[in-house]
Amino acid sequence: MSVTASASTQPPDAPKHATSLVINKLRKEYRAGQPVLHDVSLTIEGRGLTAIIGPSGTGKSTLIRCINRLVEPTSGEILFRGQDIVRLNRPELRAARRHMGMIFQEYNLVERLSVIENVLCGRLGYVPAWRAWLRWFPPSDIERAFQLLEAVGLADFATQRADQLSGGQRQRVGIARALMQEPQLVLADEPTSSLDPKTSVEIMELIASRAAERNIPAIVNMHNVELARRFADRIVGMAKGAIVFDGPPHTLKDSHLLEIYGGEGWLE
Amino acid sequence: MTPAGTVARPRQWQRFSLPERIMRSAFYLLVIIAVVWSLRTIEIIPEFLYDAPQQTGDLFARMWPIDWSWYPKVVHRALMETLHTATLGTILAVILAGLVSLMVARNITRSVVLNAVGRFILVATRSVHTMVWALFFVALFGPGALAGLLAIAVHSIGFTGKFLAEAIEEAKPGPIEALVAAGASPLAILIKGYWPQVKPAFLAIATFRWDINVRESAVLGLVGGGGLGMALDTALNNLYWDQVGLVLVVIFAVVIVTEIVTAWIRNRII
Amino acid sequence: MSALPHGQPPRVAFPPNWPARLGMVVLVLYVAYASTILDLTWNRFVVGLQQGGKFLARMFPPDFAHDKVSLLLIGMTESLQIAIVATVIGIFLSLPLGLAAARNLAPRPLAWTARALIAVFRSLHPIIVAILFVKAVGFGALAGILALIVASLGFLSKLVAESVEEMSMKPVEAVRATGSRLLSVITMSVLPQVIPRFIGFAAYQLDSNLRNSALVGIVGGGGIGATLFTAFQRFDYDFVLTIVLAIIAIVMVGEIVSGWMRRMFQ
Repeated sequence: MSVTASASTQPPDAPKHATSLVINKLRKEYRAGQPVLHDVSLTIEGRGLTAIIGPSGTGKSTLIRCINRLVEPTSGEILFRGQDIVRLNRPELRAARRHMGMIFQEYNLVERLSVIENVLCGRLGYVPAWRAWLRWFPPSDIERAFQLLEAVGLADFATQRADQLSGGQRQRVGIARALMQEPQLVLADEPTSSLDPKTSVEIMELIASRAAERNIPAIVNMHNVELARRFADRIVGMAKGAIVFDGPPHTLKDSHLLEIYGGEGWLE
Repeated sequence: MTPAGTVARPRQWQRFSLPERIMRSAFYLLVIIAVVWSLRTIEIIPEFLYDAPQQTGDLFARMWPIDWSWYPKVVHRALMETLHTATLGTILAVILAGLVSLMVARNITRSVVLNAVGRFILVATRSVHTMVWALFFVALFGPGALAGLLAIAVHSIGFTGKFLAEAIEEAKPGPIEALVAAGASPLAILIKGYWPQVKPAFLAIATFRWDINVRESAVLGLVGGGGLGMALDTALNNLYWDQVGLVLVVIFAVVIVTEIVTAWIRNRII
Repeated sequence: MSALPHGQPPRVAFPPNWPARLGMVVLVLYVAYASTILDLTWNRFVVGLQQGGKFLARMFPPDFAHDKVSLLLIGMTESLQIAIVATVIGIFLSLPLGLAAARNLAPRPLAWTARALIAVFRSLHPIIVAILFVKAVGFGALAGILALIVASLGFLSKLVAESVEEMSMKPVEAVRATGSRLLSVITMSVLPQVIPRFIGFAAYQLDSNLRNSALVGIVGGGGIGATLFTAFQRFDYDFVLTIVLAIIAIVMVGEIVSGWMRRMFQ
C-alpha cells in the first residue's frame, strides 16, 4: 500500500464512522484509594482527531497509556477490535498493541540506531527477533519505511543516527515509526510539548493529515488549547481525573476552559 | 541498475557500508576460526566430564561438615597474616606508586625521558601477575609473608600509579600558579597545591586497591606467599577436604566483609 | 610547614588537623605492629637482596634451547586457547545473566537470584575456582576454561546489569508499545544502548583472561602456568625468564587486539 499516492482510497477493512474504541468506567489508582482516573468513559469514532486537553497531572497521560496498557488500569474496560484490552494476557496484548501506533512527548527514539532502524522498530511485532538482530527485514518493510520517511520529509536522513536530528525531525521519525505499524488507531502523548511553536504546528499538521489519509482515528494529549482548536475534530477536556467537556472545537467556550483549568487571570 | 543519483526500486538498505561489512565479517570469521581451533586442539577427556557431577557432589560431601576446630589452631593466624599482608602491601604500593606517579605526571616532571621510564615501570609491574611476582619473591626471600607482601606491593604499583598519575595530571593549574607566583618552594607547591586536589582520588584508589589485594593475598600462599593460601595448600595436599571447606568459607567471608568495608569507606570519606 | 608568616593575630588560620595527625600515628603504629606479626626483619630483607644478585645472574640469558622453546610453545598455545574459549563463552553467557540481574527489566525474584549468583562469582578468586574445577573435571585445560568463564561472568555480568540499569527506559517503552516480544525489545532498544560500553568491557576481559590463563596452570588448570611453576620448582630460572617474557609479550599483543576490537565496534 502506497502512503503518498492513495490519500483518497480507503482500506476496505476500515468501515467509515464505525466505532473504533470504547472506554468504559476506566479507573486507575497508583496508590490504593487515590484514583488518578475516576471511572472515565469515552467513545472514539472510526476517524477524526480527538484532542484531550487539561492541566498537568490531571490524568491525560495515564488515560492514553492505559489504552495500550503501558500503564495497567485498576478497573474498567477498553474495547478495541472486539476485545477488552484490560483482560488480555501478554501475547494477546502484544497482538493488540500492533494495531495502535504511539507517539511520545520526548520521541523515545533509540538514539544510537539510525533513523530507518527506528522506523523499522514499528515492524517488530511482526518480524522475529533474530531477523531484527541481523537487521534482515522483509524488502517490502524497508520500501515502506523509505516511503514513510519521504512522507514525513526525512528521506535524506535515513542512515543518520537518530541523535543527530533536531527535536522536530525526531518527532517526525516517531510519527513514521507509529505509522509503520499500519495502525488502526494513533495515540499521541503530548507530541508537541517539547517543540517550539512553529514546529508544533507542523507536527500536528502531519499527525492530522496522515491519520485522515488513512481513515484512522487519532487521540492526542495536548497542553495547547489553540493547537487543539485548530486541528481537532473533537475536544475532550479533563480536570481532576474526569471528563468535564466533550464536543467539537467551536463549542468550547471560555467558561469550559475555566472549568478545565480553573482560575481566570490566564485567559486575558 | 540506474546510475548513481537516481533511486532504484525497491530500495535497499544495509546497516553498514561495504568496507565495514567486510571488516566485521573478517573479524567474526577470525573469532570462529580461533574458537574452533581452540576447541579442537584442547585436550578434554570425556571420561572426566561424565563423572563431573558425581565428583562435584563428592567434593562438597567431603567438605561437609566443615572442620571448625581447625580455625583457632591454624586458620585464624593465617587470616590475620593475609589481612596484614594485604594492608602493608597496599601501604608500600601506595608509597612506591606515589613516587613513580610523580615521575610520570607531565605537569610535575617535565622530562620526556623520565616520563617514559616511569611509564615503563607502571606497565612492567602490572603485566606480571601477583602470583608470578610471588614466585619470584619466594625464590629470593624464601616462603612466607615477606614474599607475599612484596608481590602485592610490586604488582599494585602499576595499577595505583597509573590512576594516581592521571589524577595529578587532572589537577587544576590555577591554585598551582598562585603558589608559584607567591614564590613557594617545590615541596610546598606539592603539599599545598597538588595534595589537596589529589587527596580524594588518592584515597579512592588506595581503598579500591586494598579490596583487590585482600582477595589476592588470600591465595598467594598457594605458591608460598603466606596467609590463608598456605593453609589451603596444606589442607589440599593432605586431602583434608573439611579443612579446605573451612578455608574457603573464611576466604568468602573475608571478601564479602572487605567489600562492605570499602563501600562504607567510599561513601563516608570520598 | 613554615610558610605561615609570623606575628599573626591570635586567630588561627589553619587549626591543626588532629584527626589526621592521630591517623598518621595510628598508621605508623600499625605498620610496626603488623611487621612484627609477619616477622618482617631487615635482616631477612638484606639476605634476600644478596640472593637477588645470584638469582638475576642465573636468569640471564633467558633459555631459548630447542626443547625448552617447544615446551614453551605447547604451554602458551594452551593458555591462549583457554583464554579465547573462556572469553567467547563468558561474553555469550554474561549478556543473559546481566540482563536477568537488571532490576529495571527483570522481575524481582529473578533479578535477586542473578545478583546473588554474580556476587558469588565475583568473590571467588579464579585460582580457587580452578582448584574446585580441577577436582570436579580433572586436571587439564577444561578446568582452566571453566574457572575463567566464572571469572568473566562475575566481571561482565555485573557491568551489563549496571549499564542496563543506567540506560534510558523511554525507547524501551516505545518499542514495547509497538507490540514486540521481549526478545525484540531487548535486541532493538536495550542492546543498542548497552553494547558500545559492553564491547569495552569484553575487550578488557580478553586481556584479563590472557593474564589469568597463565595462572590457572599453577593449580592444574592447564596452560603455561604449570610449566612456569615447574620451572620455578626446578630452579630453572633462565627458563622462568623466557616464560615470563613470553607472557608479557602475549599480554601486550592481546592489548593491541582488544584495542582494535574496541575501535571497530564503537
